[in-house]
Amino acid sequence: MRRPSLRALSIATILALCVSLSLVFFYAPIEVEEGFLQKIFYLHVPLAIVTLCGFVIGGLCAIAHLRTRDQRWDLRSYVFIHMSLIFGVAVLITGSIWARGSWGHWWVWSEPTLVSFLIVMLLYATYQPLRFAIEDPERQARYASVFAITAGAFVPMNFLAVRLSASYLHPRVLGSSSNLPAPMALTFLASIVAIALLFATLCAYELAAKRTRILLKARSRILGYQS
Amino acid sequence: MSAPFSPPSGKTGPHAAPSRDVHARPGGAVHAPPRTAKVLIALLRKELLVELRTLESIPGMSLFAVTTFVVFHFALNQDTVSGQEAAGILWVSLLFAAMLGINRLFVADADQGGFDGFLLAPVDHTALLIAKALALLAYLLVLELIAVPAFGLLLLGPPLGQALPGLLAPLALGDIGVAAIGTLIAALAVRTRARDLLGPLLALPLLVPIVIGCARASAPLFSATRPAGPPLRWLGTLALYDLVFGLIAYAVFDFLLED
Repeated sequence: MRRPSLRALSIATILALCVSLSLVFFYAPIEVEEGFLQKIFYLHVPLAIVTLCGFVIGGLCAIAHLRTRDQRWDLRSYVFIHMSLIFGVAVLITGSIWARGSWGHWWVWSEPTLVSFLIVMLLYATYQPLRFAIEDPERQARYASVFAITAGAFVPMNFLAVRLSASYLHPRVLGSSSNLPAPMALTFLASIVAIALLFATLCAYELAAKRTRILLKARSRILGYQS
Repeated sequence: MSAPFSPPSGKTGPHAAPSRDVHARPGGAVHAPPRTAKVLIALLRKELLVELRTLESIPGMSLFAVTTFVVFHFALNQDTVSGQEAAGILWVSLLFAAMLGINRLFVADADQGGFDGFLLAPVDHTALLIAKALALLAYLLVLELIAVPAFGLLLLGPPLGQALPGLLAPLALGDIGVAAIGTLIAALAVRTRARDLLGPLLALPLLVPIVIGCARASAPLFSATRPAGPPLRWLGTLALYDLVFGLIAYAVFDFLLED
């Protein structure tokens, strides 16, 4: 399987980001109740969706790693989770700004999705400490995969539990895209595509960097250099 | 096993199956691997025996829970609590006390070669998971036998007697979940450099849904004005969560035991 070249992927990402940002600012109508602030929805929600998908895909790669014992699957799992962690910080920050703008507080406990997201982030924040506290590379990959599978299954369970616990005090603003007016839905869709492409591109860059580093280490070992 | 391990009695040892003596060696040991149930009983017996002789976990957990109640009394500056507040204090104390047991669960096996001994035996590795989870469940039950009456005595406003029958279901479901997740996390964390730190950090987010379920289910029981039974919705959520994480622990535990 030939990998899409990094250059093509980067160009596609930049184009998609430009298109989606222009749609957000020049095409999508201003929402009646929240006004301009609602535009953060086109950044926050796609980021959150992509982050959670990244966590779950990281778990699926971990299953593939445990089944095949191919270290490349572990590398993919690591990169997906690592990138999702970075995106997750952006989700928490944008969510916090949105909450401050519409409800007047930087943090609201009555918004179940945001609270679940925080718990998931707190769990995944221990992924790297766990991983790098194990010296043996083979066991490190195996234990990290076990964690990634457990945590990947925790993501939907946690959302279920927290959603059940929340009393719906605040009306859910545009919780699902099904009841969006057409221009908003189109913009939202374009934003999801752009953010997903950004995620994929960054993952591809990190994977390429990691592969190169592994290759370099192997070569220098053959040539007898001290690493 | 390096821990004190009395020789197997006639009932549980590998010599108990006379029908298998076609494969028996002169020494009496059989080639066929022992059945999982027997391994399970032997492992569980060893766990409980070790705990009875060393008393490493249960007294510490119980004392910790009671001390936490005292800390809550001063931190909240209240003589009695009720309702959601009472449920929260009870479950936070039980959870943190359980963390002590979880942290110690595999330490002896990792440090003194118990894992190596177990891996050399031709037995199903899942037996270790189930035995450890059952042992942890037993610790939690003893902990609650001490901590729940102490909570009724020290902090709870409404009488404990009326809440106790309804409290059994959330306690049991919570214990099963803590035992399943705790055993998995303990096995995951025990062979890392910073296990004392990683264990609680890994376990607490995974246990948040259990706290949500148990605290919400027990809150109406502790109501000062109009006590009611635990809401079934929360018991159902807890049971589902226990089931899912029990299955996950069962599925991935083998991979933690390969070297």
